[in-house]
Amino acid sequence: MIDLFSLFALFVLAIFVGYEIITKIPPTLHTPLMSGTNAISGIAIVGALLSIPHSTPTVANILGLFALIMATINVVGGFMVTDRMLSMFKKK
Amino acid sequence: MIGIDFTYLVAAVLFILGIKGLTKVKTSKRGNMLAAIAMLIAVVITLVDMQLKGTGIGWGYIISGIVIGGLIGAITARKVEMTAMPQMVAIFNGFGGGASVLVATAYFIPTAINNMFDISTVMLSMLIGSVTFTGSVIAFLKLQGWISSRPIIFKGNNIWNGLLFLIIIGVAVRVIMLGQNTPYGISLSFLLIGLAALLGILLVIPIGGADMPVVIALLNSYSGLAAAATGFVLKNTVLIISGALVGASGIILTTIMCKAMNRSLVNVIFGGFGQEVSKSERGGYKNVKESSPEEAALFLESASSVIIIPGYGLAVAQAQHACQELAEMLEKRSINVRFAIHPVAGRMPGHMNVLLAEANVPHEKLMDLDSINADFKNTDVVIVVGANDVVNPAATNDKNSPIYGMPILKAHEARSVFVIKRSLSPGFAGIDNELFDYDNTRMIFADAKQALQQLVLEVEEL
Repeated sequence: MIDLFSLFALFVLAIFVGYEIITKIPPTLHTPLMSGTNAISGIAIVGALLSIPHSTPTVANILGLFALIMATINVVGGFMVTDRMLSMFKKK
Repeated sequence: MIGIDFTYLVAAVLFILGIKGLTKVKTSKRGNMLAAIAMLIAVVITLVDMQLKGTGIGWGYIISGIVIGGLIGAITARKVEMTAMPQMVAIFNGFGGGASVLVATAYFIPTAINNMFDISTVMLSMLIGSVTFTGSVIAFLKLQGWISSRPIIFKGNNIWNGLLFLIIIGVAVRVIMLGQNTPYGISLSFLLIGLAALLGILLVIPIGGADMPVVIALLNSYSGLAAAATGFVLKNTVLIISGALVGASGIILTTIMCKAMNRSLVNVIFGGFGQEVSKSERGGYKNVKESSPEEAALFLESASSVIIIPGYGLAVAQAQHACQELAEMLEKRSINVRFAIHPVAGRMPGHMNVLLAEANVPHEKLMDLDSINADFKNTDVVIVVGANDVVNPAATNDKNSPIYGMPILKAHEARSVFVIKRSLSPGFAGIDNELFDYDNTRMIFADAKQALQQLVLEVEEL
């Protein structure tokens, strides 16, 4: 079991890593950055999967199903639309 | 289990490398692909781990969830117009937040929890997720034009919001103090979700259309923080790392947007900026010269350098292709054409860049504020297409102007300026634009797309 402090340290360090990289992203790519990070925040999909250990219609499972739908829209839609946008940026 | 933690770490590293790819246009597509692969790895290893641990997998639910969500996501991503990207990102932020609330609730109800820390993380996840969800829905409705994009202010709204927030904290503390998830605690947690949902609505309702870039960036950040909070609930490393990355990204964009408007985040969220200023309070115009595409074409004929300044009006009129046609035609006549893009032009960070990229404008032609502002004084013709406040010289000249101090594109320094705009109505700041009164400015009152198409024809005939 990972202790809570380690998790918190991980969170803080990840914010710093994110900060360092993202400040280098040019304004031209800010919209794809938003839709791309949007897709990444769909990582809640992992949480949704974990909350559906069986297919009996319990309250938790039904909540999990809706979480899974939302997170999947986020992931699939986010990555696809980012790819579509980035294809437009190709040099002519 | 070491295997799953290690695989989650690999996924997290790929997310970071993926975002790093976005620092250059050349590597951006690969970066996005890496992040998508990371997500796939995270999903697969989670399912494998559930299988190995014997927790079981609700295949029926999982397959239907992924199929339904995947179809909706894929169709939206293919169909959405580039002009509608802000709405799409807004509603997707909301889904991220919504998923986090639901996961936290699905965990909270059946699991035996008996320590205060775990309950606090659940409360936090519910609070952030719920605010993100309803706030994003309101932002979506405003951007889609289904509700007014003007700020809707009610009396003492900040005080009511403050009170509401305190009540939410009170409810959360009450649930945490229970020390376990009793049925009473669970009902209270539903109350908390409801109140947080209300708070999300009340926070975004008073924010006007042109402040939307800030709001979307902020909600983007919240959707990440919501995922991270859920990561703390489930003690799941990949959720925490990716959530933190998205949180950081949103905060950076929020700061950039605020700086570009010379306003603090507090002012954007609580200021109710951009309410209508009555006509008598504005000075009115004295020296407006109406012009036409014919006249503009004559000016362009003798020009050697042109800068086009696009604004939200370009997106509304879907004029990006007409804009590109004009640029291409001028380039053929060996006129140097560039686009000057203000950070808050449009309704989300980078909105104009995506629109022009869609119309095949090479990204090397898209200049940001700092790299082009010194060039205006050596420019023959500036064409302002559907932009207003971001070219208002009052921001540098008039200490009493509400936009004083905001960095602007110095269009007025060019030899001549043509402004394509439907009317003289004020932009978002609700004030007159000094530029329209300048001697070197001429107004073309028309729809951006029609005016540009006509301009293309006129230039063709020269």
